[in-house]
Order: sequence, then structure tokens, then C-alpha cells
Amino acid sequence: MKRFFVLLAAVTLLHGAAVAQQKKPVAKKPAGKPATAMPAARLAAGKTVYTQNCLTCHMADGGGVEGMNPPLSKTTWVLGDKTRLVGVVLNGLQDQDIDGEPYRNVMPAQNQLTDQQIADVLTYVRNSFGNKASAVTPAEVKAARAANKK
Amino acid sequence: MNRTLPRYLLLSAAVAGSLSLLALRPSAPAAVVADPNNAGLKLPAGFGALVVAETGGRARHLVVTPKGILYVKLNRPDKSGRGILKLTPNVGGKVTVAGGFGNYGGTGISLKDGYLYASSDEDVYRYKLDGNGEVTNPTAPEKIVTGLINRRQHESKSIVLDNAGNLYVNIGAYSNSCQEQDRQKGSMGQPNCPILEQAGGIWQFRADKPNQGYAEGTRYATGLRNVVGLDWNSQANQLFVMQHGRDQLHDIFPELYDTKQSAELPAECLYALTKGANAGWPYVYYDGQQRKLMQAPEYGGDGKKEATGNYLQPAAAYPAHTAPNALLFYTGTMFPEKYRHGAFIAFHGSWNRAPEPQKGYYVVFQPFKDGKPSGNWEVFADNFAGTPEKAAAGRPDHKPCGLAQGPDGSLYVSDDSKGTIYRIVYTQKKS
Ligand code: HEC
Repeated sequence: MKRFFVLLAAVTLLHGAAVAQQKKPVAKKPAGKPATAMPAARLAAGKTVYTQNCLTCHMADGGGVEGMNPPLSKTTWVLGDKTRLVGVVLNGLQDQDIDGEPYRNVMPAQNQLTDQQIADVLTYVRNSFGNKASAVTPAEVKAARAANKK
Repeated sequence: MNRTLPRYLLLSAAVAGSLSLLALRPSAPAAVVADPNNAGLKLPAGFGALVVAETGGRARHLVVTPKGILYVKLNRPDKSGRGILKLTPNVGGKVTVAGGFGNYGGTGISLKDGYLYASSDEDVYRYKLDGNGEVTNPTAPEKIVTGLINRRQHESKSIVLDNAGNLYVNIGAYSNSCQEQDRQKGSMGQPNCPILEQAGGIWQFRADKPNQGYAEGTRYATGLRNVVGLDWNSQANQLFVMQHGRDQLHDIFPELYDTKQSAELPAECLYALTKGANAGWPYVYYDGQQRKLMQAPEYGGDGKKEATGNYLQPAAAYPAHTAPNALLFYTGTMFPEKYRHGAFIAFHGSWNRAPEPQKGYYVVFQPFKDGKPSGNWEVFADNFAGTPEKAAAGRPDHKPCGLAQGPDGSLYVSDDSKGTIYRIVYTQKKS
């Protein structure tokens, strides 16, 4: 009997915790869309890749450098087609206007980064600097890399 | 015509208005009034500053005519398609946008012998001025130089003239360090850097001959990565240029340089050029801490190896990555004696110091004696950024880009971020 009560209390507690945990992300997401939680570990890993490979040009706040390096907040490239986005990291970018603005610098290819690192950094970028977009998975990077080679 | 008429009436009304205002003033009509906060700038004692105009354009270089008209080169034509703005004197030392012309963006603008020269990122044009400093052929300039390389990196073509009928044009290298793959981690330098054939130096042309291309020009000096600020020193009868030093030592060679070294080492340099000079880019960079020319890592350097090869030594060096965008030898008499024949340098401000704090966004004074740098440079006009925090974050309010000397010896500074035009004056009575 005593045991049963302990068990019951534990279940209730657990349940309560689970509900509380669920509530937060659900409340934030717009209705109708499945909640794809962005694991903190992936964002942290992405931030590390960003700091080492992207920050010098796009800056810590993702705001870029006027006329030289474009911002990474809410651009059609960051929020748009993921294959194209992965392609920017694999191939670099040059002579492209970004949302109507010219930039006077080159983005170097970074194809030495692993699928996991590219997935992490792009997931981080798509969920920082005011962006809110789905994650990029290593499988998506792998597919884009394979298509890129052809 | 029916469009220009009301404008003309408005303008004359405005002029009449300002004239009557002037008439009310007991002081001389030329009186220049500093803004109460000196336009937000920090200046040495005795100096004041005012915002003379807000152009809203990307104001690159600028000139002032003997009658006080400003011509400002915009990096991109404004909404009315004007790549050069004309600003005429107004009350209190300020100026008003009174027109414009030249439907092309660019950086360079220079006055010489009754002509106004201006550059796009590929060509140099010139306009004939009348006795009042008004452009007589705004829609039909002569094209003096044409077909210069523009690969959207270090693309601006800064210009200056000497006293012997020559025009000097910077053609920046479309690369950071002539790597096989520009700015890519670990990529090595291209042997015998091919970029130097048509860029990475200063080219000399005749000031009065139309349609000169590479074939008609002379590569006056080479091994200069990118020069935006340059000026002719009439005392030394010599061209001086400010080079933008290389970027990204750490990004490209992380095992040789840490982020701090990357931010601090490759100085921005002042060079005194003579014909045929070679400043050594991309093979070398100048380490501002050791005060030595070093072999670039793309060409076998390791951060410790001094440069091999006989390259021009800089005349002076300044903090890395701070982007010197204008150089001006001061010949006026308004400022105290120590400034005469010295150099003002506008530092646009850095980006490639991250994650270290950013720097620059100021105008420096470099003393000169007998046509040579003499003594330490000092920050002359500071706080274009607005606050030290904005400067450190690389998010400045204003970015100084152009310098010009007014007929009375005022120093004008243009800002290509918001298009503000500043005027710095000496307000104290000289003893
Ligand atoms: C050497 C400077 C540099 C580095 C390092 C760099 N970029 Fe870029 N990046 C640029 C430039 C310059 C462009 C624009 C090129 C153009 O306009 O053609 C750009 C464009 C982009 C774009 C597309 C345009 C936009 O703003 O949305 C994305 C996305 C991007 N970069 C992400 C990254 C990521 C992620 C990294 C690190 C893995 C990185 N960049 C590293 C300079 C850089």
C-alpha cells in the first residue's frame, strides 16, 4: 500500500513535469505546425563552427559589414532553399547581389567542413539573428554535397 | 524647362532668404558656427566642428572649390540618378544640396587646373569648370581613362593629380593575398602573382588625353594591395598613398596566427612612392609590432620569417585593419602651425579584427617635416562611431571616408555610411 502511494506520487510528478516540458515549446509555435525542437546542443555546436569559420566576416551579431559582407538575418538565402544554402558554404559565393544589395567581398568555399558541421552551423544561423526556420540535417548536407559534385 | 523654373524660383527665394538673414547678422557673412556639441566629435582644444549637410548618400571622396562649392562623389547614384552631388554655401558655414550629375557610382574626385575629375569603378571622367567653379558640361564629360578592372573587391578607383599634367589612379587587387582560392583556408599563393599585371598598384595617365586604357597608362608603382587614400605632396613633389593591409591571417593559417595576432599584426601603411616602386604585396606584409616586413604565409612565411626581396619600406604604419580611406596634406593657414604640410588620414574603421574589438572610425594627424613623416601620429577627430561601444562592436553611426580642405583652411570630412558632411574649424584665436 505504501509502495503504491509512492509510485502514484512519482507518476503524478513525472506526468506534471512532462506536461510542463511540453507546454513551453507548444505555446511558442504557431498553431498547426509540428513542433521541431531545436536541441541546445546542436545550436551550441553550430555556434562553435560559426565562431571559427564565419564570424570574421558576418560578425558576432550576424549583421555583416555594410557593403562588404551581407547580413545573415532574414535574407532569402538563409531562410530559402536549403540546397542553395548548403551550396553557399560548399562553393563560396561571389558577384551575387543579396536581396538587391551588392557586396564587395568574396565568400570562400568551406567544403573542408563535415556534413555535421555544416548542418550545425546552418541550423544555428537559421535560428539566430532573428531567424526562425527549420533545422538543416547532416543527411540534407550530404545530399546537397553529392548533387554539387555532379 | 517648366520643371526647372519653379525650382529656380525656390532656389532664388532661398538665397534671398539667407541673404536677408545674413544682412541681419552683425558678424561677417562668412562666419562659421560650430555646432554646440561639435557635431558629436572629439577634437583637440581650440577646434570646433559642424555638420554642414546630411546628404543621405554614400559620400565617398569630396572636393571644395575656391568659392566654397562642394562636389561629393557618391558610391551609388542617388534616387535622382546623381553620382556627384553639388552643394553650395548657405548660412553659418553650412551647405545645401543644389544639384548633381554623373550617373555612375564611384569613389574618386579631384580638382585640378580648372577641371573636376571623377571616377567610376572602371573609368575616369573630367568636367570643365567655369570661373565660379560651376561644371559647364555636366552631361557630357570627357572620358580620360577607360576599361579598368573591377571585380567587386577593392574596386574603387581613387584619383589624384600632380603638378606636371599626370593623373594617378589606384587599381586595387581583386584578392586578399593572391591565393589560388581567394580567402580560403590553407590555400597557397599563386606563383608570380598574375593579378599584379593589371591591378594591385598605382597607374599613371596623362590628365588631358581622352580614352586612355591600360596600353596608354604606366604602372607607376606595384605591390600595393588596395589604396583608397592618396595625395600629392607638393613639398616633396611626391605621391603618398595609404595601403589597406591584408586580412585574415588567422582564418587562412590558424596554426600560424591566433585571432589576436590576426587582428593586430598586418599594419595599414603610408608609402612615399617613386616611379617603379614595389611595396611587396602579396609576398609580404608589414608587422606593425615588430616594425618589419614579413614573408606572407601564402608564400612560405610562418609569422617569424622576415621578407625576402627588396621591397619599399613604409614611411609610417597605423593599427591593423582600420581602413585608411583618405589622405590629405594640409596646406591651409587656419589651423595652428604644427598642422601645416602634415597629413590627415581618415580611417573608415575595421571589420577584420573580430573577435577582437573593432577600431578606427577617426581622423588621424600625422606630422610631417620637409616632406617626410616626422614624429608620432595622433587621433585628431574621434567618435564618428557615436560611442566607444558602437566602435568596438563595429556598428558605428558614421564612417569617415573622404577629406577635403576648404578655401579658408577648414577640414571637411565625408561619411559614406549616412552621408553626413562635417566641417572642422579652428575657433580659438592664435596667439
Ligand atoms: C571571408 C569572408 C566570409 C566568410 C569567412 C564567410 N562568409 Fe558568407 N558571405 C561572404 C560574402 C562576401 C558573401 C556575399 C557574396 C556575394 O554577394 O556574392 C557571403 C554570403 C553568404 C550567404 C548568402 C547571403 C546571405 O547573407 O544570406 C550565406 C548564407 C553565408 N554567406 C553564410 C556563411 C557561413 C555559414 C559562413 C561560415 C561557415 C560564412 N558565410 C563565412 C563572406 C564570408
